[in-house]
Amino acid sequence: MFTAGAESLLHQAREIQDEELQKFCSRVAKLLQKDEPGPDAVDALQRLFLIVSATKYKRRLEKTCVDLLQTTLCSPKCPEQLQLLCAAILRERSPSDDLSLSCDRVQSSQQLSLVASVLLAQGDRKEEVRSVGQRAFRVLESRQPEGPSLRHLLPVVSKVTRLAPHSLHEDQTSLLSKRLVDWLRYASIQQGVPHASGGFFSTPRARQPGPVTEVDGAVATDFFTVLSTGQHFTEDQWLNVQAFSMLRAWLLASSPQGPSAPDSDDRSELEGSTLSVLSATSTASHLLPPQERLREKAFEYCQRLAEQSTRRALRKGDADLQKACLVEAVLVLDVLCRQDPSFLYRTLSCLKALHTRLCGDPARARALLPIAQFFLRHGEAAAVDSEAILQHLFTRIPCELFHSPTLAFEFVRFCGDSLPLFGRNLDILKQSFPNLFKLLAWNSPPLTSEFVELLPWLVDPGTAVEMLHALLDLPCLTAALDLQLRLSPAASERPLWDASLRNPSCLEASRDPQFQALLQHLLRAKASGTVEKLAPLHQLLQPMASCARVVQCAEAVPTLLQAFFSAVTQFADGVLANQLALLLLERCDSLYQVPQYEARVHRVLSSQFLALCALHPSLVVELAKELLEFVGSVSSVRSRGAMLASVAWAIGEYLSVSWDRRCTVEQINRFFEALEALLFELTQSRPSAALPECPPQVIAVLVTTLTKLASRSQDLIPRVSLFLSKMRTLAQSPAPSSMHREEGAAAVRARAAELLTLLKMPSVAQFAFTPSAELSKPRYHRDANTALPLALRTVSRLVEKEMGLLPG
Amino acid sequence: MVHAFLIHTLRAPQAQDAGLCRVLYSCVFGAENSPDDPRPRGAERDRLLRKEQILAVARQVDSMCWLQQQASGRTPMDLQPQSSDEPVPLHEAPLGAFRLAAGDPFQEPRTVVWLGVLSLGFALVLDAHENLLLAEGTLRLLARLLLDHLRLLTPSTNLLLRADRIEGILARFLPHGQLLFLNDQFVQGLEKEFSAAWPR
Repeated sequence: MFTAGAESLLHQAREIQDEELQKFCSRVAKLLQKDEPGPDAVDALQRLFLIVSATKYKRRLEKTCVDLLQTTLCSPKCPEQLQLLCAAILRERSPSDDLSLSCDRVQSSQQLSLVASVLLAQGDRKEEVRSVGQRAFRVLESRQPEGPSLRHLLPVVSKVTRLAPHSLHEDQTSLLSKRLVDWLRYASIQQGVPHASGGFFSTPRARQPGPVTEVDGAVATDFFTVLSTGQHFTEDQWLNVQAFSMLRAWLLASSPQGPSAPDSDDRSELEGSTLSVLSATSTASHLLPPQERLREKAFEYCQRLAEQSTRRALRKGDADLQKACLVEAVLVLDVLCRQDPSFLYRTLSCLKALHTRLCGDPARARALLPIAQFFLRHGEAAAVDSEAILQHLFTRIPCELFHSPTLAFEFVRFCGDSLPLFGRNLDILKQSFPNLFKLLAWNSPPLTSEFVELLPWLVDPGTAVEMLHALLDLPCLTAALDLQLRLSPAASERPLWDASLRNPSCLEASRDPQFQALLQHLLRAKASGTVEKLAPLHQLLQPMASCARVVQCAEAVPTLLQAFFSAVTQFADGVLANQLALLLLERCDSLYQVPQYEARVHRVLSSQFLALCALHPSLVVELAKELLEFVGSVSSVRSRGAMLASVAWAIGEYLSVSWDRRCTVEQINRFFEALEALLFELTQSRPSAALPECPPQVIAVLVTTLTKLASRSQDLIPRVSLFLSKMRTLAQSPAPSSMHREEGAAAVRARAAELLTLLKMPSVAQFAFTPSAELSKPRYHRDANTALPLALRTVSRLVEKEMGLLPG
Repeated sequence: MVHAFLIHTLRAPQAQDAGLCRVLYSCVFGAENSPDDPRPRGAERDRLLRKEQILAVARQVDSMCWLQQQASGRTPMDLQPQSSDEPVPLHEAPLGAFRLAAGDPFQEPRTVVWLGVLSLGFALVLDAHENLLLAEGTLRLLARLLLDHLRLLTPSTNLLLRADRIEGILARFLPHGQLLFLNDQFVQGLEKEFSAAWPR
């Protein structure tokens, strides 16, 4: 493991000086030049590898050394250990300009593979990828299909196809397709012979190898696949494994439309033609061109895998492989149907049966995802209703398997990748957001960024309010899921809940029917259209609020809220804006008490409240009653400070006739009184431990708002002026003050003075505080008659002059 | 296909700050190419970029693993085998996956599958639409092979000077980044081959 010794080794490797390194290189060169490089050479190369790889900056190596590394790599009788190390060092230095390696001189395909790994890492500066590909194909063409070392070649071909799909000629792709057909379909079904172990007592034909077996031990019933086992394997069986491993990528890359072709228009037309879709017979396959033949054999292979996966594997490794094979088989079938819709009919029956079988098997739930994607993509062409499959997927899987991090990730990726395919099934996705949130609540670190992208698709006018509540309650959902796991543990070897918290007190209490109803609502699978007050649950689950998982979820919520609001404000109308604004006011002190959660959420909610008001300014007038209540009932500024500042600011900005004609003078007066009373309370009361001091920003906003309101209802001006002049003497109390308090108090005093000055000229004040909607137009500022800054400067100068004229 | 495989250090679960995450071994299969990039790019700059991409992945895996450990409330002591001969229960080791968006740090969007074993992290950087089940199985297999054949559990050994074995394992079980569908018997066969070429 990583000990202090290893740390110092790394340090040494990094710090070695250039001179010393060059000496070491000469030593390496000498060791490599020997006829039989011994363990010293290996040791030296290992050190050289560490030196080269330990730093991200380039290390200059002596030219002879580098050249020797290359020759050693290509030399035919070099032991594998040295070859690997040379290749590793050269690859670590890549991309580099002093490489003169070429794959043309290499004979053995194992060495070719190593040389290729170095060349492919160069980054295609000199078309290395293409030349490697060409060389690999030349070897492929020249050898028999059962050649002893094609095993090393296929991965190279696969990589080249991935990196530079257009570098292959058509006859090369045909050749490989033909070979793949042979390896996939016609591999030997007899077990391989063990390597001749020699020895005195072994008889040449002691035992004929038997047939290959299935994973459950039975004798193989059909052709060889990756799920066929045996004691030893023949070369073509190895190639069968590799061929299947690269099959999907090859099908995609070698199709005539090219690797990145999504469903193109003419394909979908073809899919619509029922004649080809309903064709149940496959053409005599030996008459087909190579590409079509490969697809036919790939289809047979996938069907066989689907059948083989029903068997009960004897070993755990094989059981895991069965699951992976199932997924791959469905993915390959999907590609086949995309490329040739005539496969659709046969595939559908196979997949429907598979889906029914998997529905009852939670261990194989992950295979349901590619099946669902298949039906989403091809369902319409095949006149199959994918709704039932989707309903099952979205209703059951997240509920039962939210605790598996990899399933949760795959599920959310499935949603993200399939968005264009949902079509009219998008409603199912939208209605299932409570279930999707379970995945997010349990696995927030990896899934937060995924959900930020997904949220705009999930948000819907009908469910926006419910969703906002759900987002605010997300940490509570995490705690509830943990509770649920403790109460009804899933079949698992180890506990899935937070092991550091044993027997929380809420466990017993949660069985109370009152809480059960609320818990059921929180853990619902679908959008219910109703909203429940979950405050009792917040209290019940308080002991779990500092669990690490809950805290992690709580940290993700502000980001999600931002994403939600940027999506919602795209389409929210007045009614929805009002509902959301009310929700914000209501929830800002009804949150699950996770440490620091409330403060962070308040920051977001307060800025989003202003965004909603900007979107729909009449909100302030329409919700006047509720806003008055909010302002009037603020007993503890500490918990609502940010919201209060936003609400007050919004009132100041938008409570005027210019924004909504229904605004009356009485309303303005009522708000004024409420805010004045609040301000009085906040500034007069002495700060104590229970009621810490009100932040100066809040005071400043309140004061500004009062002034704005006064400028609109001018009877209030005397009251405000009185208040403002009192404020100038405020906060000069001799109480021990910190630097911040003094700064804050000074800022408030300065603001009060400015406002007082402005109020001396009521018409200017009105103009300054209630600018017309043209404020956002440039002309407003360029026109000398209307420009606000100009007016303010004039006023200030006039007032100062006036002050100068007055005595004292 | 796999774009890169890396082994790096993981911070201790009790550690409050990240500490230094060190990449102990990394292997990039093929290079990211950008034929559309008009700026001439030096080889050195490319290499630097590549190393930094790998380091960025390592750091993210480090924090994901740490967060997952914290969330599950389990200490890594639970995973310590009784003796160094017993196999480490890799099925209980923390494992996860996350996505890297295009440009951050690789040009194309990629997926990372990671596995944390005691204080080492193993990670595969995959292309965007790979078979994740297969990737997980392969990662567990690679971790088991590396732990066994490099005897990583005995305190005095480290993997920094054993690159040849790591390369040998990768060349057989993840050739050029190709994920292989290997059933148990194939794995055994390959492992025998490897042990024969690299006697302990």
